[in-house]
Amino acid sequence: MLQVKNISCKIGDKEILKGLSLNINPGEVHAIMGPNGTGKSTLSHLLAGKSGYEITSGEILFEENNLLEQSIDERAKAGLFLGFQYPIEIPGVSCMNFLKAAVNTVRKSHGKNEMDSLEFLKKVRQEAKKLDLDDSMLKRSVNQGFSGGEKKRFEVLQMSLLEPKLAILDETDSGLDIDSLKNIGEAINLLRSPERSFLIITHYQRLLNHIKPDVIHILNGGRIVSSGGFEMVEKLELEGYRAFGIDQDVEVD
Amino acid sequence: MEQISNVQNRKGSYKPIVTKPISAEEITKREYKYGFVTDIESEKAPKSLNEDIVRFISKKKGEPEWLLEWRLKSYRYWLENFEKDSEPTWANLSYPKIDFQDICYYSAPKKKKTLNSLDEVDPEILRTYEKLGISLNEQKTLSGVAVDAVFDSVSIGTTFKKELAKAGVIFCPISEAVQKYPDLVQKYLGSVVPYTDNFYATLNSAVFSDGSFVYIPKNVECPLELSTYFRINEADTGQFERTLIIADKGSKVSYLEGCTAPMRDKNQLHAAVVELIALDDAQIKYSTVQNWYPGNSEGKGGIYNFVTKRGKCKGKNSKISWTQLETGSAITWKYPSCILQGDNSVGEFYSVAVTNGMQQADTGTKMIHIGKNTSSTIISKGISAGNSRNTYRGLVRVQPTADNARNYSQCDSLLIGGSCGASTVPYIEAKNRSSNIEHEATTSKISEDQLYYCMQRGMSEEDAISIIVNGFCKEVLKELPMEFAIEAKALLSVSLQGAIG
Repeated sequence: MLQVKNISCKIGDKEILKGLSLNINPGEVHAIMGPNGTGKSTLSHLLAGKSGYEITSGEILFEENNLLEQSIDERAKAGLFLGFQYPIEIPGVSCMNFLKAAVNTVRKSHGKNEMDSLEFLKKVRQEAKKLDLDDSMLKRSVNQGFSGGEKKRFEVLQMSLLEPKLAILDETDSGLDIDSLKNIGEAINLLRSPERSFLIITHYQRLLNHIKPDVIHILNGGRIVSSGGFEMVEKLELEGYRAFGIDQDVEVD
Repeated sequence: MEQISNVQNRKGSYKPIVTKPISAEEITKREYKYGFVTDIESEKAPKSLNEDIVRFISKKKGEPEWLLEWRLKSYRYWLENFEKDSEPTWANLSYPKIDFQDICYYSAPKKKKTLNSLDEVDPEILRTYEKLGISLNEQKTLSGVAVDAVFDSVSIGTTFKKELAKAGVIFCPISEAVQKYPDLVQKYLGSVVPYTDNFYATLNSAVFSDGSFVYIPKNVECPLELSTYFRINEADTGQFERTLIIADKGSKVSYLEGCTAPMRDKNQLHAAVVELIALDDAQIKYSTVQNWYPGNSEGKGGIYNFVTKRGKCKGKNSKISWTQLETGSAITWKYPSCILQGDNSVGEFYSVAVTNGMQQADTGTKMIHIGKNTSSTIISKGISAGNSRNTYRGLVRVQPTADNARNYSQCDSLLIGGSCGASTVPYIEAKNRSSNIEHEATTSKISEDQLYYCMQRGMSEEDAISIIVNGFCKEVLKELPMEFAIEAKALLSVSLQGAIG
């Protein structure tokens, strides 16, 4: 599904990723952990297509296509979703209108009909309920005045409705209380399928306990330094990054 | 505009906020789909401006003596001012001097006799309106909007006349009203915008050719939305329409106005005057979607839209509400205003002004509080893209008599790209201690992060801009009548096409 081959990139003069490789097959859930400032968010934005990154080497294939040649919206339409670490406010645009515009654009690009308003409303309510999101929120402006937890849950709601092939969740678990964390973990589990893959970027074991990823990667200095199964998470929580030869204290947000 | 022109012009400084580089070529993509010309025979006055032209227009219309005298008085006053070189220059606009002798002041589609019904209108003109999406055929009109269509200098037909007559509503070309209802016209014409008001209003008073006249009788709520559609077709022709709306005691009316013009290389002048009068407990809602040809990307051609619009809340508890969506014209100079004379009267101004390419807009409102407990609301949204300039200019004046006057103003500017400019120039004059005036202003830009976020959800860049801009204008768009709101949203997207590279 996703093949990142030896990718290096920089912002300005600063090299961020240094020969990173990553392979995600359909249906797999991968988690990336690592100290702050090692390139985790850069990787997610690079995959989504944010401008400002200069790629110095390597290539990325998404469903056999050259991802780096595609625009942001082409990638989104192809089924790549990014749950933002810091979701953006859009004043005056209601969540409902935003969701409808997004879902219908993606449907249209796949040759499907636009969903009619009633059908769509029903679907949104049903998904929102799973996340314990109140209906009244759908009338508010996108992310405006949302609490940290509401913002993250709205990201997951968008993911549920857009039904992506690959969902990248950038620190979706930070700033969440225990209940929200459980909600979000359950919502993600419900979306798991043999065709859908996840890339979860996190600092903590908490969310991973709910999700139980297939593969854990440790990112440091712009490349993956260690990969393995879920047991790595436990080791990390007990011994810190030193257990993986990283001479740096774990920074917590 | 004399109140504003007396105050020294405080031009706002331009602080373009850079989002990302944008080249001039990328802005040229905008389309103006109303730019076609209709091929019809017309009867025109020779290009020039003098007393003979004024007499010619008056004679063509078969006007009574008093109106000719009023026109001549206006013309002489205009000439005096022209010779003193007192064309207004205080606006934040730049354009070459207008040659007033090089304009045709009267152009009418040729016709053999007076029109009795729409069937007698030149089919070519009817087709023009169909192309514009306006059906003048009553059977075909489903939305229940009565339309008066003004083609160049004359009104070519009003729909739903009979149905309106049943309710006692008068809705007809102003030239017809002069003949049929001279007392009403004489009583109110120039009562809100006197012929001495400002340079362009004076010119309009001398040479106005047609426009709409509306009278809503006592305690009648107008059963239909009234609408006038203005079209400039002839080259080198100015359009000087005059609209007069009178809402008698306890009545209510909603009026819509739309405008388009063909694409021409030469600038064309549009200097209209609109006067509204609301008596006791009456309400007038006046909505405009202005989409005159804005000129090409190098700023060639386009309409100079120099318009004076003013409403007088003459009676107690009356209300006048202006809503405008301004997307067209090379230059817009327009300040729909309210004189709040009656006690407890209410004035509202909701505006979205979009400029792109080389367009310039200097627009806003004046709220003059005279009566007790009067209140006004101003919501202005300016959107600038390309190399355009967009200025909000507004006056809130509270006279000593206006106890407990209240005003709330909110002026927001949105910048797209790095070569445009936005200014906000509010004037506040409070002469009564009990008044309460609030003013808020913001300037923001469409951030790259907002675009990124929308596009990550699958929207194209243009759809992303469109949804963000619509969100920015929401408070104003919701004030537009349903029929216009959909058109307005579409128009916003078209106006901003190619705004970002």
